[in-house]
Amino acid sequence: MMKDNIDTKVGVDAMETKFNCRDVQVYYADNHAIKDVNVDILDKTVTAFIGPSGCGKSTFLRSLNRMNDTIPICRVEGDILLDGEDINDAKVDPVQLRAKVGMVFQKPNPFPKSIYDNIAYGPRIHGLARNKAELDEIVEKSLRRGAIWDEVKDRLDAPGTGLSGGQQQRLCIARAVATEPEVLLMDEPCSALDPIATAQVEELIDELKANYSVVIVTHSMQQAARVSQKTAFFHLGNLVEYDDTNEIFTNPRDQRTESYITGRIG
Amino acid sequence: MTDATVQGGAPAPRGSIHSIDARTAKRNRAEKRFRTYGKIAIGIGLFFLVVLFASIIRSGAPAFTRTVVDVPFTLTQTQYEEAEGTLFKTKAYSDFFIAALDNQLREQGVEAEFDADTIERLLGKVGSTIREYYRANENQLGEEVSFSLATSSRVDGYLTGRVTRESMTDSRFLMAADLDLVDRLVEGEIITSEFNWPFITGADSGVDNPGGAGIGASVVGSFFMMLVVLFLSLPIGVAASIYLEEFAVQNRFTDLIEVNISNLAAVPSIVFGILGLAVFIQFMHLPQSAPLVGGLVLTLMTLPTIIISTRASLKAVPPSIREAALGIGASKMQTVFHHVLPLAMPGILTGTIIGLAQALGETAPLLLIGMVGFVARGYPDGFLQGFVEPNSAMPAQIYTWAARADVAFYDKAWGGIIILLIFLMIMNIVAVVLRRRFERRW
Ligand SMILES: Nc1ncnc2c1ncn2[C@@H]1O[C@H](COP(=O)(O)OP(=O)(O)O)[C@@H](O)[C@H]1O
Ligand SMILES: [Mg+2]
Repeated sequence: MMKDNIDTKVGVDAMETKFNCRDVQVYYADNHAIKDVNVDILDKTVTAFIGPSGCGKSTFLRSLNRMNDTIPICRVEGDILLDGEDINDAKVDPVQLRAKVGMVFQKPNPFPKSIYDNIAYGPRIHGLARNKAELDEIVEKSLRRGAIWDEVKDRLDAPGTGLSGGQQQRLCIARAVATEPEVLLMDEPCSALDPIATAQVEELIDELKANYSVVIVTHSMQQAARVSQKTAFFHLGNLVEYDDTNEIFTNPRDQRTESYITGRIG
Repeated sequence: MTDATVQGGAPAPRGSIHSIDARTAKRNRAEKRFRTYGKIAIGIGLFFLVVLFASIIRSGAPAFTRTVVDVPFTLTQTQYEEAEGTLFKTKAYSDFFIAALDNQLREQGVEAEFDADTIERLLGKVGSTIREYYRANENQLGEEVSFSLATSSRVDGYLTGRVTRESMTDSRFLMAADLDLVDRLVEGEIITSEFNWPFITGADSGVDNPGGAGIGASVVGSFFMMLVVLFLSLPIGVAASIYLEEFAVQNRFTDLIEVNISNLAAVPSIVFGILGLAVFIQFMHLPQSAPLVGGLVLTLMTLPTIIISTRASLKAVPPSIREAALGIGASKMQTVFHHVLPLAMPGILTGTIIGLAQALGETAPLLLIGMVGFVARGYPDGFLQGFVEPNSAMPAQIYTWAARADVAFYDKAWGGIIILLIFLMIMNIVAVVLRRRFERRW
């Protein structure tokens, strides 16, 4: 692969790759929202997607677990391989895919059920626990990994919707973790959170990368710099630059990347 | 505060907040006006509601009381045999009754003149009532029994003040002279007023006996119809809505279905009646006047209402809940049944109960399948027969009474309306309670 062809063939890396994306195009009806994106997302790494609003970060993220299937006018083309298997293959059941590729949304969206049931729902429908004791164990483990156990352990029966915004988001992360996914997609998980809750979630993301491949969309350059090892910069549907986070922030190769991280576009 | 003071984009000084400026005053006035309009509108609404209820209750109340003439009566074995031996048997019994009444009046020290015709106008065919009683209960011969004989509804009217000597004209139903006897009976405390249970529990009586008409049988008819409507329209309506809202792909065909459902909701109910007549009775040969057919017709009518309200409540469930469930690998169906449906439940139940309430009060389609004008003379023999035996329904019964020539049925119609309204209110209260119980915030 030619290193200088940065517009379309950026950052292709062969080692411990989780997602191989080749020539991915996403259309909303006639709107070409993602254009020729090629990227390799690594395992046990935090990858940040940055870029101005409307550049297609969420769209691309959602095509990684086929959440775009739920939008009737949305069409995805190109190859997205997860561990070498095409996720858009006719044989793939998106439900099974989503158990493997979990997602945390921008707005905290706990179920209007108890905290316990919020976490237990995934393991229940995927049959991860054989009995109540095992389920209790999964719930506790997930809430600990969501860094929220200490705050809620005395009120597991309380509704998840009664928590504060930051707690709700950590609950949602714990819920996503509970189904034991291999990849965790996070779409601006901190945009509704205060600085303290943001710090907690960032710490959590840092811990999660030991076991997961984490992809995080963020509007905050500082956040991308703090939590990620790899950064992808999107602009108007193109993946402009994809490299080590350090490299992107200290030595951007593309003019547009530089403008964005120095605050001139965005 | 003029434009001249604005220089270089600096904001104009806004003045003291202790004095209200013209703009604010204007806005406050507008708001006050709007509130007044609102209060007037609500006031008008409440006024009409009160007038409506007052007139319904005033007109309907007489249906709930009845006056009875209660005379201790004894018939010996010899009298019985003697009466059975005569040519006009009921006449003989009637004479016995007149004698007993005469006796009773004299005992109370009241003087009265009356004949058999007066008695018939006041109390109906007393002779045959008594004869039937003794033929069925021969063991009561020689014992003292009491017949609580209901007076004709005109006597009720006289006693409640609806009919006065001045307002009435002599007819074969009641003569002014008969009222003298009524006064005497009141004086002798032989005539009394009591709660009209037979109106609640009884069946329709036929055109010649307004006093004996009851709404009970048609309440049962309505109940069976509502069972049919509930058990057909709720599952069909909810399943159709879930499919259309959550699963169906959006294309021309589903658009067409959607438009047609809205159209169906606007179709006049009598059209469903014609459809029911053609399909269920003439084509499928289901029994006429049966609650089953009424229920089927009303199901057709209720379905669009239920589908529209169910789809609205499904739509109102925030998409973030669906995304949350799909995002952790729940299937579409799990997402709908575990998360979306419970949240939509209050709306669905409210819509269903409103649909049922509409169906309960619907008269027009029942005209065409023979439930209006049908005289339900008794209750069905059993639960299953309740669906197929001819019966009437509450609104149909009310319509039937209101359409009868004898004005005495008017009370009954109003009374029936009260019963119908009580049922409707109960249903609405149930709807509110259910909605409160199921309501959850997210
Ligand atoms: N559900 C949708 N339907 C139609 N167009 C959409 C939808 N979601 C996003 N888009 C379009 O796709 C483009 C990229 O949007 P998005 O991925 O949300 O951007 P970002 O997350 O980077 O802000 C935008 O032009 C947006 O208008
Ligand atoms: Mg976005």
